[in-house]
Amino acid sequence: MSDYNFAYLDEQTKRMIRRAILKALAIPGYQVPFASREMPMPYGWGTGGVQVTAACLTPEDRLKVIDQGADDTTNAVSIRKFFERTAGVATTEETARASLIQTRHRIPETPLTEDQILVYQVPIPEPLRFLEPRETETRKMHALEEYGLVHVKLYEDISRHGAISTAYAYPVKVEGRYVMDPSPIPKFDNPKLSDCPAIQLFGAGREQRIYALPPWTEVVSLDFEDHPFEASKADAPCALCGSETSYLDEVIVDDAGGRMFVCSDTDHCRARRAAGHVGAEGAPFEEAGA
Amino acid sequence: MQAAALSGGFSDPSTDGARAFRAVMQAMARPGRIERLEGAAPPAPMSVAAGVVALTLCDPDTPVHLAGALDCDAVRGWLSFHTGAPVVGRQAAVFAFGTWQALLPLEGYVMGTSDYPDRSVTLIVELARLEAAGARLSGPGIAGVSALSLPEVAAFRANAAHFPLGMDFLFCCGSLLAALPRSTRVEAG
Repeated sequence: MSDYNFAYLDEQTKRMIRRAILKALAIPGYQVPFASREMPMPYGWGTGGVQVTAACLTPEDRLKVIDQGADDTTNAVSIRKFFERTAGVATTEETARASLIQTRHRIPETPLTEDQILVYQVPIPEPLRFLEPRETETRKMHALEEYGLVHVKLYEDISRHGAISTAYAYPVKVEGRYVMDPSPIPKFDNPKLSDCPAIQLFGAGREQRIYALPPWTEVVSLDFEDHPFEASKADAPCALCGSETSYLDEVIVDDAGGRMFVCSDTDHCRARRAAGHVGAEGAPFEEAGA
Repeated sequence: MQAAALSGGFSDPSTDGARAFRAVMQAMARPGRIERLEGAAPPAPMSVAAGVVALTLCDPDTPVHLAGALDCDAVRGWLSFHTGAPVVGRQAAVFAFGTWQALLPLEGYVMGTSDYPDRSVTLIVELARLEAAGARLSGPGIAGVSALSLPEVAAFRANAAHFPLGMDFLFCCGSLLAALPRSTRVEAG
């Protein structure tokens, strides 16, 4: 172990965050203010998620960290190392083996279970912020359940583009009461928010807000009767594992317009290739180091 | 202050508190689920579970109300030494501890405001029995219906009707703990 307190934060800070998490669970979708701390990483790198994770971790946990679905990108690797060092917890890249998953902008493809907790990193927690910049006003709008403006925004999408063009951070309504920003996950992931067996916690460090979805909570993506919500993804199979159902990243492969689509969830793609699935541009799977 | 007040805290505040919080969070996220808490030895008549909750969540930032028999020198001394939480009247309390009868009436506690519904009290209720039977619960955190031996039904229905305002409840019996947030719909079993 290191010379840090368990999970880096001091105990009084953790108690403050824990009290906020409990109130957030009691009022699903409502953003609870909390006294966000300086963390040894810049705002925008997941300081909210890191503080929520630090307040939730126990020594028995197995932590997974993903950044837009990938376990091996800078943000994910550095946060995973941070908790390996300050909390001494085990880590994994396999969704099914993790007890706590911190995520930036994706929900894993593997369905979550009752024994898991999903912690989201949130940049702008307020779904009304780009429609109304004043905090005093947005707070009043939430209190009065005055969400007409969000529907106007979606309607403007339709009048301009013929369809709802909002593709990520797609607003949802929680248990028929609070409109919530699900963080910038692709709208492909929105249906997974609802009736999820796992606890979902959202932490916004710079904006100092924590909010939550208890398990089995009804989460509805806002839409219109004649323009229903649609969870969209690129219309292609994964080039490496051939998956037709997973969310895809577009990768530019040359400077002549060449591109390929690959699974955004690296663990999902690796597991499929290990099981023998090969996409159009994939090579047969080999264990690392083999 | 008696010497007894100095003992009965967490042996390792950091990890004991982390495990205790996870249990409390699971209880709050899944109303009706019964968790077991350990690690604290508060003076009578405070239960082990209530003691663990106090050590996990209370500190100098959280005014605490002690109702009825819990408002005694032994508990005050223990709480003050281990958490530093000021003991106050019910209208200023962030946490209130007591039996159901001692905590009543609920009118005096803060329920939050429409702008800040989170600024509300959490009541830690000492019960003589706690089991997954009795009143039927439904709502967020519950797949279908769960059951919990609540001391009554009417008060919790009235509380849920105020949503998003309202109080949140933790029920303690020995080392057992269950929770009832304001979001839960309650019906007589």
